[in-house]
Amino acid sequence: MSQARHSTARSLAAHAVLILYTVIALFPVFVVVINSFKNRRAIFADPLAVPTAESFDLVGYRTVLAQGDFVLYFQNSLIVTVASLFFVLLFGAMAAFALSEYRFRGNMLMGLYLALGIMIPIRLGTVAILQMMVASGLVNTLTALVLVYTAQGLPLAVFILSEFMRGVSDDLKNAGRIDGLSEYTIFFRLVLPLVRPAMATVAVFTMIPIWNDLWFPLILAPSEATKTITLGSQVFIGQFVTNWNAVLAALSLAILPVLVLYLIFSRQLIRGITAGAVK
Amino acid sequence: MGALTLNQVTKSFGTTQVIKGVDLNVEDGEFCVFVGPSGCGKSTLLRMIAGLEDVTSGDVTIDGARVNDLAPARREIAMVFQSYALYPHLTVRDNMGLALKQAGTPRAQILQATEKAAEMLALAHLLERRPAELSGGQRQRVAIGRAIVRRPKLFLFDEPLSNLDAALRVQTRIEIARLHRELGATMIYVTHDQVEAMTLADKIVVLRGGVVEQVGRPMDLYNDPDNTFVAGFIGSPQMNFLDAGKLGLRSDRLGIRPEHLVPGGGQISGRVSHVEKLGGETLVYLSSDDHGLLTVRLFGEQDYAVDEVVGLGFEPNRAFHFDAEGRRLR
Repeated sequence: MSQARHSTARSLAAHAVLILYTVIALFPVFVVVINSFKNRRAIFADPLAVPTAESFDLVGYRTVLAQGDFVLYFQNSLIVTVASLFFVLLFGAMAAFALSEYRFRGNMLMGLYLALGIMIPIRLGTVAILQMMVASGLVNTLTALVLVYTAQGLPLAVFILSEFMRGVSDDLKNAGRIDGLSEYTIFFRLVLPLVRPAMATVAVFTMIPIWNDLWFPLILAPSEATKTITLGSQVFIGQFVTNWNAVLAALSLAILPVLVLYLIFSRQLIRGITAGAVK
Repeated sequence: MGALTLNQVTKSFGTTQVIKGVDLNVEDGEFCVFVGPSGCGKSTLLRMIAGLEDVTSGDVTIDGARVNDLAPARREIAMVFQSYALYPHLTVRDNMGLALKQAGTPRAQILQATEKAAEMLALAHLLERRPAELSGGQRQRVAIGRAIVRRPKLFLFDEPLSNLDAALRVQTRIEIARLHRELGATMIYVTHDQVEAMTLADKIVVLRGGVVEQVGRPMDLYNDPDNTFVAGFIGSPQMNFLDAGKLGLRSDRLGIRPEHLVPGGGQISGRVSHVEKLGGETLVYLSSDDHGLLTVRLFGEQDYAVDEVVGLGFEPNRAFHFDAEGRRLR
C-alpha cells in the first residue's frame, strides 16, 4: 500500500517537473502567437495579455500576406527543407548500410571521416562554400541551399543510422541474397523499413535546424525569388523601425509547416528514442 | 542432382585462417551434418557453400560445376536460418513464394508450389498471416517451407532448432527427418548439438578449429572414433578418459564410454560424488584418485550414496586406446 502511494507521489513529482518544463519551453511560442493577434499599442502596453475584443487585430497577418511574396517564401523553405531531408535520409542511409554491411579496407576510417562533420560546424567553411557557389554559378539558387544542408545533415544521419543498421539481423539480409534479391532491394525493402524509427529521429533532428536557418539563405540565396521564410521575415526588422505585428505574424505562420512535419514523424520518433532504452 | 564436393577449401579473415583446407564429398540425397564446438568454423563453411562468404582458396563444386564465383541465388540452394529470417513485411504465402517470383516463375506455378509446401508442413491455414503473428515453431516451419518451395539442389540448415524449446525441437527434428525421406534431397545441416547430429545424419563431419577431425556415419563415429576429440564430442554423457599407465597398459590414455563401465570390478575404484536419477537410467559420478572424474551410466533406477566407494570394471575390447597426442591406437 505504501509502495503504491509512494509511486503516486513520485509520478506526481515527475509530472510537475515535466509540466514546468513544458510551460517554460512553450512560453515564448505562446507570447509570439498571442501578440501576433494584437494591435501594436496593445503589444507594447501589455505583452503578456491575451487579445481582447478591443486589442484584437489581424493587421500583422494582413501586412504579411499583402507583402505578396510570403507564399513564395514558404514555398522556398518547404522545397529546401523537404529536398535536403530527402537527400540526407537517402544518402545517409545508403552510406550507413555500406559501413555496417560490407567488409572493406578502411571501413573504420571511412566511418570516422563521415562522422567527423558532427564535431566541425559547417559555418566555419562559409567563405569557401560561397566561393565554390560563385564559381559554379549556384548563388541565389535553392540548389545551393539544398547542397549545403545535405552536407550539414549527413554526418549525424550516417552516425545514427549505421548504429541502427548493425542491429538488423544478418540472417534476414542473407535470406534475401539467397532468394535472389539485389543489394538495392535488400536495402530498400528489408533494411529501411526496420530502421524506420531511426530514420524519423534523424529526420526531425535534421529538419528543424534547416527550417530555422538564417545564415546560409542570407549569404547564399538572398535574392527575392529564393528567400526562405526566416529570411523573408527579416524585411520587417529594420535598423530603426521594426514592424512587430508583421514579424510576430510571420513567425507564427512559420511554426505551422514544421509542426505538421513533426507530427508526421513524431510517432516513429518516440519509438526511435526509446528503442535503445526500453527493451 | 545435388552432390557437393569441397576440395582443399580455405577461408581467411585478414591474417587469421578459420577454415584450414577442408576436403569433403556429399553424395546426392545424403543428409550431412557439420558438428563441432562453437568457433570451429562449421557455420562459416556452410556460408561458403551458400556463397555468403567468399572462398579464399580451393573449390566448391555442386553437381560437378564449380560455383565459387556464382551468386548465392544462382547456386540453386536454399537455406534455413537459426533466427528464421522471415521477411517481416510479407505474408507467409509471399515469404515462401518470393524466391520463385524473383526467378520469374509464372504466378500459377508459384501458387501451386507454395500450396504444396504449406500442406506438407501443415501451414495451409496460416498462409495469409504475417511472421509477427506466428509462434516460434510456426515461423521455423515457414522458413523450412520457403526452402522447399524452391526445389533446390542443396538444402542448407544453420542451427535451425537452436531457438526452439526442448519439446518443439524434438518435434521439428522428426519433421526434418521426414522431409528428407520424402524429398530425397541433399541436406547440409550445421549444429553444435551432437544429439541432433546423431539422430539426423547419414554422414557426420566433426570439425575443430577449421579442420575436419573425422567424417563418417553416426555409429561409425561412435564405435570407431579416430581421436580423443571425436570420442569425447560424440556421445552423451561424455566418454571417460583414463590414465592407461596407472592400469599397467602401454597406451597413453584409455577411453571408455559411461555405459561400458560396470560396478563390481576391481580394476578401478572411485568415491561417488554425485548421483543423477533419470528414471530410465542412473548416472553416477565418481572421483577417482588415479583417473579424475568418471561417469557411469546404469540402466534403470539404482541406489548409490554420496561418498560410497565403488569398484569398477570394463571389458577390454570395449575400451579405446589413444596415444599422447590423442590419436587412436588400433
